[in-house]
Amino acid sequence: MKLLTSRSKVVVQKKMNLMERLYIPAILGGLLVTIRHLFGRKTTIQFPDEKRKFSPVYRGLQVLKRDENGAERCTACGLCALACPAEAITMDAAERKSGEEHLYREEKYASRYEINMLRCIFCGFCEEACPKQAIYLEGEMALSSFFRGNLVYGKDKLLEPVKTVQDKREVVIL
Amino acid sequence: MTELTFKIIFIIIIFGLTLLIAMYSTLAERKVAAFLQDRIGPNRAGPFGILQPVADGLKFFFKEEIIPSTSNKILFILGPCIAITTALMTSAVLPWGPAITINGQIYNLQVADVNIGILFVFGVVSLGVYGIMVGGWASNNKYSLLGALRASSQMISYELAMGMSLIALLMSSGTLGVREIVEQQPGFHWNVFYQPLGFLIFMICAFAETNRTPFDLPECEAELVGGYHTEYSSMKLGLYLFAEYINMFISSAVMASLYFGGYNFPFMNELGLSPNAISIIGSSVFFLKIIIFIFFFMWVRWTIPRFRFDQLMHLGWKVLIPLAVLNMMLTGLFILFFKS
Repeated sequence: MKLLTSRSKVVVQKKMNLMERLYIPAILGGLLVTIRHLFGRKTTIQFPDEKRKFSPVYRGLQVLKRDENGAERCTACGLCALACPAEAITMDAAERKSGEEHLYREEKYASRYEINMLRCIFCGFCEEACPKQAIYLEGEMALSSFFRGNLVYGKDKLLEPVKTVQDKREVVIL
Repeated sequence: MTELTFKIIFIIIIFGLTLLIAMYSTLAERKVAAFLQDRIGPNRAGPFGILQPVADGLKFFFKEEIIPSTSNKILFILGPCIAITTALMTSAVLPWGPAITINGQIYNLQVADVNIGILFVFGVVSLGVYGIMVGGWASNNKYSLLGALRASSQMISYELAMGMSLIALLMSSGTLGVREIVEQQPGFHWNVFYQPLGFLIFMICAFAETNRTPFDLPECEAELVGGYHTEYSSMKLGLYLFAEYINMFISSAVMASLYFGGYNFPFMNELGLSPNAISIIGSSVFFLKIIIFIFFFMWVRWTIPRFRFDQLMHLGWKVLIPLAVLNMMLTGLFILFFKS
């Protein structure tokens, strides 16, 4: 018979000899296998204390970015909300007053910017749609709350904290 | 100190030690399981998870206690009581160390030195199956009933082989008292070297009697949803699980004292230490042996898969009992021709 794949193995049902029927050598072999694991390296990552290295393309929670002067990049154009397949993003636009130039990069900014994390599917389309490089999915991976209401993230949770001079040197990308 | 006060203090110590070891067996089980599977295991409650058993126990106490409305309430409560009582009773006849001398008075580190010690252990252990049977039957649940049925048939089948493997040991030792048997194995003259086959049969049967994997058919999670304790919740479930760990501790102690010399250790008489020092070291050695056996129980649990029921019966009736009879006959012949 022609074999379908090169990996297939012919099963032979041969009678076990006395040593095999005693099972004790086999059991001892099994015990040896397991005892070796007792001293082996443990694969556990103790999550809250230590975190896994993520790949650069990993998509975590959204972060609203600031520019190099610490001003918000977002101009409330709404392209991210339009691109969002889960319709998780809503925002209100407002006009920048004089004297707020250090807070907002352009004349228009988002006075309210909310992402419903329960709706979000972390596809990253908002990141792709953004013309101002204001939103990136580079934040935390753990998302949890006792109340659904807390999972509608506003600007208070999304906005990148203002970097101090010291922080500026390091790159925040995980 | 009178004999009575010593006995009372000693009973309390043994009782506490048994519970403590059973408590930490639950933690050890999870740790061993984790380590054998390349994990770390519980380590959040206290350093290295030391307080995990306390947390588990508290959780058992605070859980809602559910008694099914269709169950037989008296028997339902009686089940775990029998299981834990019988499990705790067995430790009474085991010698925990050589006699200790305080102010010229000799105290035996044994609750009761009865001359039928092994028979007592057997009797109480076989009573223990009633806990499982009563609980499983009173639950009025088919899974529980099946678990209880399996438990009783397994116990009956394996007790036979266990008893017969012991008869060979009793023929060579000539006594039923556990202390005498232990004292016959001074230094390194352990019975396991004279009765290897008997020990193997006894150990396999001990696995079956304590419902440990690969013989945990009465409570297999996969097909019987927990078996006899399906309907149990709260501390009543806790008592069943606890009884299992106490049984494991006791059968480790029985195996250590019958086949591995109990509190005897090599060169115990050549060291020239005072009797009290010997008895302290002896007790520690005894507990070390017990702990090694408990580790072995766990090691096997995470290595070998569960038997099918027909395989279990085949092993019990067609393999172990003939082997035990053979062992008995060989021992008899040996005694007849070489010892007389």
